[in-house]
Amino acid sequence: MQVDLSSNFFELFDLPVQFVIDEPTLITRFQDLQKQLHPDRFAAKPAAERRWSMQAASYVNEGYQTLKSDLQRAIYLLKLNDVSLDEETDTQMSPMFLMEQMEYREALEAAESAADPLGKLDAVRKQLKAGIHEQSQAFDQASNTGNWDEARTTVRQWQFLDKLAREVKSMEERLDV
Amino acid sequence: MALLQIAEPGQSDAPHQRRLAVGIDLGTTNSLVAAVRSGSADVLSDQDGHRSVPSVVQYASDGTTRVGQAAESSSADSRSTIRSAKRLMGKGAADLTDSWLSKHYEFDVDSGSLPAFVTAAGNKTAIDVSAAILQQLKQTAEETLGGELAGAVVTVPAYFDDAQRQATKDAASLAGLQVLRLLNEPTAAAVAYGLDNEEGGIVAIYDLGGGTFDISLLKMQQGIFEVLATAGNTSLGGDDIDNALVQWLMDQAGIDSLADPQLESDTKAYARDLKEALSAAASVSVEWDDRAGHELRTELTREAFDELVMPLVSATLKPCRQVLRDADVERDQVTAVVMVGGSTRVPLVRDQVSEFFGQPVLTSIDPDEVVAIGAAIQADVLVGNKPDSDLLLLDVTPLSLGLEIMGGLVEKVIPRNTTIPIARGQEFTTYKDGQTAMALHVVQGERELVDDCRSLARFELKGIPSRVAGAARIQVLFQVDADGLLTVSALERESGVVASVDVKPSYGLSDGEIETMLRESMDHASEDMQKRALQEQKVEAARVLEAIEAALQADGDEHLKAEERAVIDAHIAHLKSVVDNGADREVIKQAVQALEQGSAEYVERRMNASVRQMMSGQGLDEIDSAVGKAKHEACSSDS
Repeated sequence: MQVDLSSNFFELFDLPVQFVIDEPTLITRFQDLQKQLHPDRFAAKPAAERRWSMQAASYVNEGYQTLKSDLQRAIYLLKLNDVSLDEETDTQMSPMFLMEQMEYREALEAAESAADPLGKLDAVRKQLKAGIHEQSQAFDQASNTGNWDEARTTVRQWQFLDKLAREVKSMEERLDV
Repeated sequence: MALLQIAEPGQSDAPHQRRLAVGIDLGTTNSLVAAVRSGSADVLSDQDGHRSVPSVVQYASDGTTRVGQAAESSSADSRSTIRSAKRLMGKGAADLTDSWLSKHYEFDVDSGSLPAFVTAAGNKTAIDVSAAILQQLKQTAEETLGGELAGAVVTVPAYFDDAQRQATKDAASLAGLQVLRLLNEPTAAAVAYGLDNEEGGIVAIYDLGGGTFDISLLKMQQGIFEVLATAGNTSLGGDDIDNALVQWLMDQAGIDSLADPQLESDTKAYARDLKEALSAAASVSVEWDDRAGHELRTELTREAFDELVMPLVSATLKPCRQVLRDADVERDQVTAVVMVGGSTRVPLVRDQVSEFFGQPVLTSIDPDEVVAIGAAIQADVLVGNKPDSDLLLLDVTPLSLGLEIMGGLVEKVIPRNTTIPIARGQEFTTYKDGQTAMALHVVQGERELVDDCRSLARFELKGIPSRVAGAARIQVLFQVDADGLLTVSALERESGVVASVDVKPSYGLSDGEIETMLRESMDHASEDMQKRALQEQKVEAARVLEAIEAALQADGDEHLKAEERAVIDAHIAHLKSVVDNGADREVIKQAVQALEQGSAEYVERRMNASVRQMMSGQGLDEIDSAVGKAKHEACSSDS
């Protein structure tokens, strides 16, 4: 079996370079690769081979974790197409989207002091999930048609929603006593 | 291009003789060694037929070292009889305060980098004590198996940090063992049940020991175990049940306290007997007195006992919910639940956990032996006795690893629960013009601020070429190997200057600290975010101030009239005063914006001037960095 550590993650996992991937293929290929490359397979081998195995297994793990997550996969596709996200400086978002964000924030704050906070949070989470699904669909379409400006915008919005989803999760953890 | 030809499994190596390998469960109170013989794994007994060795080592003044039962039965000097050394593995002097160990032992914290037990035979570190136990297990194994060991798999708790793993590995080397792999205890338990042979699914490992509780979720598929998430509580365990029973005895007898330590320990032993009896019987008769006239003769029913145990069991279910959330797994997706640790013999524990996961729990392998057995199976595979085995264990990082950034904040580089081995890079840049060195501070933990995380290592990258702030590109690489051990290196791209450090701190996190840090990260999540936002705004203010002041000093007079300069100076003074007076984030942000708007015209003049200057024939690099800098300054006005 040949492994080329300079190949991109899609090539590494035998997947076409596109947003929608076949998850079973990703998992099967990941497992095949790790079965051959993982340091445990080199436990009784010379140090140089063990070191190589660690690097190779690390690369495969990184690729797997990147492609497994929808958002990370989208960001990676942007990178492959030389589209910069400029997270630090770019804050221009559509007013409508920003308005929606504020509504989410308000809903989160209201949930914390509500009579049934976990139930309210659950509602927010479902709404966020639908919003994220929408962004991923939009990204799929934009990236397939080579509309990278649009693809970039959807990822920026997606990141906002993702951050909110993580906040919902940590709020749930705090409320779980 | 890194191309490598890898042979199919089983083809590359010539057929070899079967090699001897063992699995070792190095426990806090008991340690076990197991091996695969004639195809099945079993715990190896010592000459006297004991299946486990108490993790106790005694150092006598004549130089003899007694391990296990021999150390326990000898009545010599209790300060030289070391128990529970595992609690001190990978820890420093700072961790000794108010711990159980410091109450029972005398320590020397000055003569070495590691705290040492002062014994009749001199100073001994936790690594020395663990090595003595491992040596004993090695001897038992070599006598039983009839040959020299080729290697061993040693298990560690899933939450063990870098320093604790390193210490365990060091102890094994000291005992003359070749460590094939440090294996997480829950993973070992899943392997023992052969769950790798199933179709696939998600396994929960519920491990309730004497003093600690751990819950892990593993995904298995085609012989691969992937640790999805792990959580726990390091101050929860069977001891709590014993203490609750002691309290119950006292309450029933109508007394407030136990007179002396001897009575205390005898009562605790009696409570343990009651607990064990109630695992099988529906009720037991109680006969107890405090040797001072208070006598108790009564019946303890399973029902009353369950009531005492219930708070403990409920407390274990919270981490259970947490791992499900961390792994994004629903309860009904869990396909098997494995019970580990002596305390899971308590019927109520089994019942409650069954109910929580909605299925019967696996208890057919002795919960005290299951970890050692799993380790033995893995050792047999790793040493090469089963070239066709599909078994592969993929572990995760128990805590996030990161770097300190400006303002005492933590930039997470590898989040917790990332599959290892993993290498991850992050690019950093210089903060000041002409900066030629960068201090790197590696930390571990979930909190946003450095002060709330554990410091693992500090090192410095020197020899960065002198450039304007933000022009140097420093790539910092974190590499965690399959045993969970971390190496950090830093590289300046242009000059190729490199610095690196194997993170081998002299001490690591205490168990309690890990748990507290995890818990606090949840409790403080929103507080942290606010603190962080404020801190970031302060850093931003400092950056803007530094840039504008440096610019003004360089060419302020050249580009500005006196009245224009006065306006900018007023904005600067205002921003400084709001930062110094501890204003909130929004106020600082507005002051930053005011300064940026007030100086926008000046920044533009500077940029035009620097572009003109560049056109008159400078090197490409300087143009790039000058443009970068000008852009950076210009951009900051719309952030």
